[in-house]
Amino acid sequence: MSPVTALTGDPRRRAFVNARLMDPSRGLEGPGGVLIESGRIVASGPQVTAASARADDVMDCKGHLLFPGLIDMCVFTGEPGNEYRETLKSASLAAAAGGVTTMIVMPATDPVIDEAAIVDFILRRARDTAAVRVAPMAAITRSLKGEQMSETGLLREAGAVALTDGRAGVASPRVLRRAMAYARDFNMLVVQHVKDADLAAGGVMNEGELSARLGLPGIPRQAEIIMLERDIRLVELTGARYHAAQISCAESLDIIRRAKDAGLPVTCGVSINHLTLNENDIGAWRTFFKLTPPLRREEDRAALARGVADGTIDVIVSAHDPQSADTKRLPFAEAAFGAIGLETLFSAAFSLHLGGEIPLPRLIEAMSAAPARLLELEGGSLAPGQPADFAIADPDASWKVEPEALRSLSKNTPFEDRVFTGRVIHTVVAGRSVFS
Amino acid sequence: MDLAGHAPCWLTRRGGYACRACLVEKRRAALAPDGGGGYVTALMNTGSTSAPSGRILSARDLLGVDGLSVSEIAALLDLADSYVELNRRTDKKLSVLRGRTHINLFFEPSTRTQSSFELAGKRLGADVMNMSVKTSSVSKGETLLDTAMTLNAMHPDLLVVRHHHAGAAELLAQKVSCAVINAGDGRHEHPTQALLDALTIRRHRGRLENLVIAICGDILHSRVARSNINLLLKMGAHVRLVAPSSLLPPDAARLGPEIFTSMADGLRGADVVMMLRLQLERMNGAFIPSTREYYRFYGLDSEKLTAAKDGALVMHPGPMNRGVEISSDIADGPQSVIREQVEMGVAVRMAVLDALARNLEPAGEGEEA
Repeated sequence: MSPVTALTGDPRRRAFVNARLMDPSRGLEGPGGVLIESGRIVASGPQVTAASARADDVMDCKGHLLFPGLIDMCVFTGEPGNEYRETLKSASLAAAAGGVTTMIVMPATDPVIDEAAIVDFILRRARDTAAVRVAPMAAITRSLKGEQMSETGLLREAGAVALTDGRAGVASPRVLRRAMAYARDFNMLVVQHVKDADLAAGGVMNEGELSARLGLPGIPRQAEIIMLERDIRLVELTGARYHAAQISCAESLDIIRRAKDAGLPVTCGVSINHLTLNENDIGAWRTFFKLTPPLRREEDRAALARGVADGTIDVIVSAHDPQSADTKRLPFAEAAFGAIGLETLFSAAFSLHLGGEIPLPRLIEAMSAAPARLLELEGGSLAPGQPADFAIADPDASWKVEPEALRSLSKNTPFEDRVFTGRVIHTVVAGRSVFS
Repeated sequence: MDLAGHAPCWLTRRGGYACRACLVEKRRAALAPDGGGGYVTALMNTGSTSAPSGRILSARDLLGVDGLSVSEIAALLDLADSYVELNRRTDKKLSVLRGRTHINLFFEPSTRTQSSFELAGKRLGADVMNMSVKTSSVSKGETLLDTAMTLNAMHPDLLVVRHHHAGAAELLAQKVSCAVINAGDGRHEHPTQALLDALTIRRHRGRLENLVIAICGDILHSRVARSNINLLLKMGAHVRLVAPSSLLPPDAARLGPEIFTSMADGLRGADVVMMLRLQLERMNGAFIPSTREYYRFYGLDSEKLTAAKDGALVMHPGPMNRGVEISSDIADGPQSVIREQVEMGVAVRMAVLDALARNLEPAGEGEEA
């Protein structure tokens, strides 16, 4: 495990018994328990029972679902720079409540995470204040300007787990080519926001009939397609490990499939919003649905869900992006992009399982084992020896999303008043209960 | 020394006094402390590697290592070896090139290479002229050819050219009637640098074959690297390139060497570590993130050098960026042969000028008769 997400484990021997285990990393599903000690998993499976465990502390999970802690590959916070929107601490509390045990934070802070010293700052602040593990991605280019590559090697040594320019894609193919070639030598994953900023300039929502009716400038799907196609050519050229942070259109799935079939080191993610919402949710210019990439048509949403189910899409992220009234209570065109999502991540994903669109093991896998694999982190598994990071959810609990009750400092949830079935009731990080 | 019974000369195939080269020998013989032909004879007879005629090079020009054969390289190094001894004496002057005009035509500023060539020409008795051409006004191709025609009218014998674009020496060679020596054309070749590096290594290790030589740093923009890769592979060395991928040419492995992107791997067991200069304009953010990061991962310091063989040679073509590609304690340390490279540079350039002059029409024929 990289030192970045290391926490001192709870030394106690604890048993979580009478659970319904789901560990997609081992294809494990069924009744059983988990035994942990010193912050690591000692045993997991049907053999772990209250009688066999000889633990200091035994918790009866009452048949609820126990799964590996979620690893969220895309979390924006306001720390440093905009702490009033979100701190590492407030985000981590929201994460814990959503079953997320590792947050990968984005470098789009103020100052930008483009120097080893800022990586160090994030890790120290997280260690001192956060309830869950935190690891930063660092900027591909200095100040996210897309011009000069940042100090990849030093950033990696400091504890950055991947490179990304956050909400900005690297526009210049020449700059990206060199950054990718260089990143490859350090085995750093390059995470790109796939939007051709020039083609998308001025656009605020999906370009189509609805944008025409609402009178809003559109972002054509080609802005994503062109960028993704181009980037994959650069992967061919450089051999770098490449991850499209969030795709939003059906055509992007074909591009990813082709790249994977060709054996290229290409992966992609999708936000939970793009799996559960579409452009019609914007309704009357509701800015909490203004996202980047934009919410697309229902056909796209359904295709993305199929893409997760068949494995074309590797990971699901919350794309948690706290914005406050000053950036969201504005005319749609002027409002900031982004929605919060940490606390609702599991419930929203569970709704896809309930709707029969994506099997639950695949959903869990896309939020635990898959990101762990991409980022070469420990975790995402209940196997013995792994960190004791997991969550317990009551699949039958129903709850209504009330923004004021959410733990995030910003309340821009696109699921306001939505009633979800399935909710995280207990979260353990490094053997400690951080939410219950 | 009895010159009357002197065998036919290697250069002119004439006997006795008619031959200028023999006059050289006569003069040296008189000056030599032991009264004998000593090393001068060695100059004339370059050993088993050169043809009996004394010709070393088959081509008129030295445009790159690419055009040299193994035996030509070996012969040039042998000849240069003998000039090293000459250069260490108080009297360093020969008149092998007496009457020859040697022009240094530099389109790109260079102190070291230009002065090294200038000294080499002067020590061999040539008339040396330096031309530094500013590359501002006219379109480059036109300037180059115009300059070539102008120079040609001055009847030079040896033209040393450096230019910022690859292929410039080749183009010039097509337009002039003298011997052209490429002193660096863009990122393409710098053959005399590779020869002097080879000479330095050979003098320390006695051979080039089967040595493991790691060339490290900005391979992409380096003509020194290209010439060295060429030459060392020809001579049977195992060549490795060590650089971040952003400073490696595409398909570098197809040139023949092994490619490494980490110093620890690339230097493991190396006999020679050759560092390259990182040019200032490439440092920040374009090809590498920063000089600080470059030094951390690709700069040669004592820790990274431990991966190489004990006593491995450390080389650098200069000028060095201390604290960027090499640490000062290594550059000035016991394994460094960097200053020796400069010394070998003069000897190698003398050998090249001498060898090319041997292919020219004899100068001042009969004037001494």
